[in-house]
Amino acid sequence: MSAPASLVVTDLRTRFGSDRVGATVVDGVTFTLLPGRTTALVGESGCGKSATALSLMRLIDKPGRIIGGSVTLNGRDLLGLSESEMEQVRGAAIGMIFQDPLTSLNPALTIGQQIVETLQAHRPMSRADADRTAIDLLTRVGVTDAARRIGDYPHHFSGGMRQRVLIAAAISCSPSVIIADEPTTALDVTVQAKILRLLHDLQGAMGASLLLITHDLGVVASMADEVLVMYAGRIVERADVDTLFHDPRHPYTKALLACVAGIEDDRSVPLEPIGGSAPDLWNPPVGCRFAPRCPVVQDVCRSQDQPLRRISAEHEAACILVEEDRMHG
Amino acid sequence: MSTLDTSTSIDAARADRGSSRARFWRMKSFARDRGAVVSATLLAAVVLAVVLAPTLAGVGPDDADNLARYAPMGTAGHLLGTDQQGRDMLARLLFGGRVSLLIGVVPTVIAGMIGLGLGLMAGYWRGLVDQIIMRCLDVVFAFPMVLLAIAIAGSMRPGVLTEVIAITVVLIPYFARLARTATEGIVPMPFIEAARAAGGTRLTIMLRYVLPNVFSPVVVYATTLMGLMIVVGSGLSFIGLGVQPPTADWGAMVAEGRVVLRRAPHVTILPGCAILLVSLAFNFLGDGIRDALDPRTIRR
Repeated sequence: MSAPASLVVTDLRTRFGSDRVGATVVDGVTFTLLPGRTTALVGESGCGKSATALSLMRLIDKPGRIIGGSVTLNGRDLLGLSESEMEQVRGAAIGMIFQDPLTSLNPALTIGQQIVETLQAHRPMSRADADRTAIDLLTRVGVTDAARRIGDYPHHFSGGMRQRVLIAAAISCSPSVIIADEPTTALDVTVQAKILRLLHDLQGAMGASLLLITHDLGVVASMADEVLVMYAGRIVERADVDTLFHDPRHPYTKALLACVAGIEDDRSVPLEPIGGSAPDLWNPPVGCRFAPRCPVVQDVCRSQDQPLRRISAEHEAACILVEEDRMHG
Repeated sequence: MSTLDTSTSIDAARADRGSSRARFWRMKSFARDRGAVVSATLLAAVVLAVVLAPTLAGVGPDDADNLARYAPMGTAGHLLGTDQQGRDMLARLLFGGRVSLLIGVVPTVIAGMIGLGLGLMAGYWRGLVDQIIMRCLDVVFAFPMVLLAIAIAGSMRPGVLTEVIAITVVLIPYFARLARTATEGIVPMPFIEAARAAGGTRLTIMLRYVLPNVFSPVVVYATTLMGLMIVVGSGLSFIGLGVQPPTADWGAMVAEGRVVLRRAPHVTILPGCAILLVSLAFNFLGDGIRDALDPRTIRR
């Protein structure tokens, strides 16, 4: 904990529907992002990863709403800001990159216009300066011949190039936090690697915090410093990347890791899918939400919530077995 | 300092060249569409001809030459013949074209702008605004288009202005519905969320991200409707609710010519053909504009 945290999220809760009927898709999420560090948020589809990201940006639309907790960016409480103050934060202090580069750019504007608009929305600058900055940004993210290409429309670009454009737009105002929501899911593998390298390099150069949302544990292993494992709206394990892969404590994390095929694995041993399916958040199970699928479930798990338990300063898991391991040494 | 300024202007110039390149592609796509090019040329010729009507015609549209009534086409001095009162058909077609084009274009453009604005607000803001706007327009929409135009025109003093107002009012709901549907299709697109995440205000997103994507279907629809509105306007003139005699208008000319259809068919056929050609041209032009405006359907 050397540098002060850039983003502190405490007990964030986001709910869709009414108080009585609804689903709390983000349920008491707490984490901290540090400058220059990459934090990965992993979990199955529908576990609340994207909802968490959108909550940080306050982009949750009706019928959803943030019902509790706090989000503090560089000491400023985001949940207390007015909508117009929040508009000044989005794109300036927090940059966001979305999953599908093919549909995340406005087809009716040239890519130059789209970057220039983001720039001019946050900084008073002339059109010529903004154009020049846009060209610099595009060159920086690896778009060749940027001066000529800023007049092109999104459909002139391949998927990978569009994601580069979106990254250029996201970093245009030098944000202190970059949120990347599955940035490479829609791209093919060779492009994935290039985009991830680019993100990593830019983040390092800018000293920004990167929140990388993904379900790809390979991406996590190559990019992340710290990992948050999310299940059914809650964070079930937090650890630095080495610890997570070598000493996972939560049964869900273990199960996730068992689903990944390694190149050196014995092929006669089949991959182990996780039994059952993710819980219905409209009717969440009582107690630990992973209990119905847990191979080592205890009686107490079915009746009592399992909070995050500290293993070391850098490692927490929401499992009762952490206590037993401790007792048995 | 001067070097910095130079590089800025060079970069800006490059940026301009980039966007003009994209514009060039659009033009090129339009140029490949033969029907659209022919139509555009025809319409340009028609507009030029009606603007230059006094010069081209030589005589006024209401100047009757009593010695040359019912002159057929090709008569010396009356290239397209004369009608039952001896008025020069060429002059009447040219001057009548002014009124007919005005009635085709002006109400469509005004209704297009109003309808686009209303539909955009309804589709973007939703809720109460949407309900109020769309339910009010549904009342207008409930009547058949031509019948309502007749009712509105009939309640006012006949004339060009009346015709323009009647057609404008009738058209607004059509444009508003189109714009609202298009807006509803654009708002859930990921690039709108991306624009919000980049700090775009609601107004910026509506005007810069939603509007340009809703604009092209409205322009295409407007172009197609212009031809139809010339027909509707001609219809209003035909039943006497539009321009009044002796003012020429293609619809009115067809109406006047029908009584002498056997003796001098050209009096009816010529303005009829003019209506047909111009309406068709507007339709083809609309298709061409649709393909050229959509940056994704570039023909190579």
